[in-house]
Parts: sequence; structure tokens; C-alpha cells
Amino acid sequence: MGLSDEARTVEAEDTVDARVEPPRSVFSTRLEKMVNWARSGSLWPLPFGTACCAIEFMSTVSSHYDLARFGAEVVRFSPRQSDLMIVAGTVVDKQGPILKLIYEQMCEPKWVISMGVCASSGGFYRAYHVMQGIDEVIPVDVYTPGCPPTPEGLIYAVMKIQEMIERGEPSRYQKIEAEKREAEAPRRQIVEV
Amino acid sequence: MAGFVADNLRERFGDAIQKVLDEHGDLTVWVERDSVHELLEHCKGDEELSFEFCMDVTAVDYLDLGGEPRFAVVYHLYSLSTGKRLRVKTGVPEDEPVVDTATDVWKSTDWFEREVYDMFGIRFEGHPNMKRILCHHEFQGHALRKDYPADLRWKNAVPDDLVDEISAEEMERIRGRVQRRLSD
Repeated sequence: MGLSDEARTVEAEDTVDARVEPPRSVFSTRLEKMVNWARSGSLWPLPFGTACCAIEFMSTVSSHYDLARFGAEVVRFSPRQSDLMIVAGTVVDKQGPILKLIYEQMCEPKWVISMGVCASSGGFYRAYHVMQGIDEVIPVDVYTPGCPPTPEGLIYAVMKIQEMIERGEPSRYQKIEAEKREAEAPRRQIVEV
Repeated sequence: MAGFVADNLRERFGDAIQKVLDEHGDLTVWVERDSVHELLEHCKGDEELSFEFCMDVTAVDYLDLGGEPRFAVVYHLYSLSTGKRLRVKTGVPEDEPVVDTATDVWKSTDWFEREVYDMFGIRFEGHPNMKRILCHHEFQGHALRKDYPADLRWKNAVPDDLVDEISAEEMERIRGRVQRRLSD
């Protein structure tokens, strides 16, 4: 993990006397990095399961594939207690506002995995009733292809989210919010005299 | 050999029966729109027929087949006591897409008729709650009509009200029950 590398370099710089071995139970790092490391290993998923992808999600969190190995086994059914939304299945237009409402109830920081082609692009439902990708209403961090994706596919998506968090990369939601703030900020005007 | 079901209906309704088809054991009866309600009532109430179970109500758009009238409403009936099945069809013109409701005969047709209205725009006269059931409230047009573009979508930003189907008295009863629980 990236944390130990960082800790070692900081240690080397901070040690005044190289001959004195620093205590092994202590290391120094940046708080942000420490928090990100903790976050990435304790994602609490909220399944928004509407179709067969949700069944594949169930097998991913069950004992055989065991998402607990990635620290993401605490599946919550309340948006207020979770930080990773997994949209697993077809989302119809009628459900769009419901999906958005649930997403908005999640506390920050929050991430979204769009699981399967239906959630990502509408899949084979190019029709009057299906949303052509959930990014029409909520920001998505990782898209997982497949109909449905294999449990390995979903695990890979969770790992991508973990990598993102460890790198300290802002989520899609944070990027959009930052862009909004940028656009709304008052511009400095140059007045020619 | 259409059997006793067709004979019974022919005898009772005569000229209102437009066509009787019996293919591979599937009996289909085409009936005039004005007589369809009476026929359905008879199908359920008649001792010999006793079609207690209305399995489905659906519709067909014959636009591409050049059908006249354009739509047909289809009722699928099943008799639990005789084991017979019957398909009742009635033609519905495009300029006046209205059929009498069957909710007073079988309560189960309530949602079927709403689905037909949602998908084909055929209204059911006398239905207690004639509104869309599958598509959202900002949807326009009727998706299963053959002239509806297959991928034309309508955005909606507000979720449908799912409580509006509960009657005022029922809502009052639920409120009272919740309040009693809270005060206990």
C-alpha cells in the first residue's frame, strides 16, 4: 500500500540522528493520506438493485467472492449510512427522480458505481421508458460493463474506487461541485482607466 | 366444432357476435363494442359458462395490418369450474377509443384497463381511476401504438404520487391507527 512508502520517506527526513532507531510502532504521514487510506478500506455500499445485476451483486458480497476482503462488506440499506452507491440494474425514467433523491441523501464523500450496461447506457433497452445511462441524473465514478458483470468485474470496479480514494482524486460529484462553484464565483473585472 | 361456449354465446347474442374463430383449441369471439360489457357479464354469470377468472385485458394496434377499426381490446377468460378458456375481442375505432369498463364484473380488470389506457390510449368508461399505471405522469402519447417512435422519451423530475390511490376515508383510518400506536 502507498501509505508505508510515504511513511518511510518522511521518517528518513525527520530523523535527526540516523544512528538512533525510531520506535517501530510510530510513523508520520499526512492526515489526509491517513484518512483516505482508512476510507478506501471501509467503503459502505448502498445497493440500488433493480434487476439481475443485483443478483450478481449478492454473489459478490457473499462468501464465495467475499467483498469483505476489500473492506466493503457492510451493505447498508439507508443512504445516510453509506458512501458507495452501486446502481445495479435497469433504471426507468419513472425511477429517475427516486434514484436522485436517494443519492442526495448520502453524506459526502460519496462515490457511485454504475453496474452493468443498463445502468451505464440503457443497454439493449433503447426504448421509450428507460434512462439511457444513470449519469443523466447522478454523477458516476466507475462504469462496469457486462450483462450482468461478473463478480470479478464488480470487485475490479470497487478496487478502482479504492485506488481513486487512495490517490486523493476527487470524486465525480466533487468535480462537478467544484465546476459549479467556479462558474458561480464572481469574476474580477478589469476596468481600463 | 366450437363447443358449447360458442353455441351459448351465439344463442344469447346473435348478430352482436361478429366472428367466432376456433383454432387449435383456442376459442376467439369477436363481439360488437356496444355489447361487450353485457357479454362479459353473461360469461361470468351464466351457469353453463361461469368464467370466474379474467386473466388479462390487453389491446392490439392493427395500424400496419390495415385493420378496420384500428384497435381491438382483448379479454382472456378462464373458467375454474369447466376448465375452458375464451378470448373475447372487440374492435375500437381510432377517433373514439372508448370501451365500457369491466371492473364491475371482475375487480381484477382495474389495473389491466389502466395498462391498456397507458399503452394504447383506449379509455374505459366507468373505470374508478382511469389514469396511467406504468409510465410516469409527464409521459405524453401512448407507447405501444404503432405510430409512436420507439425511443421517444419524456423526462420527469418529480416522482409520481403513489398515495393518491388511497381513498380519503382509508387515509384517515391509517392516520388514526398510526396516531394510536404513537400515543401508546
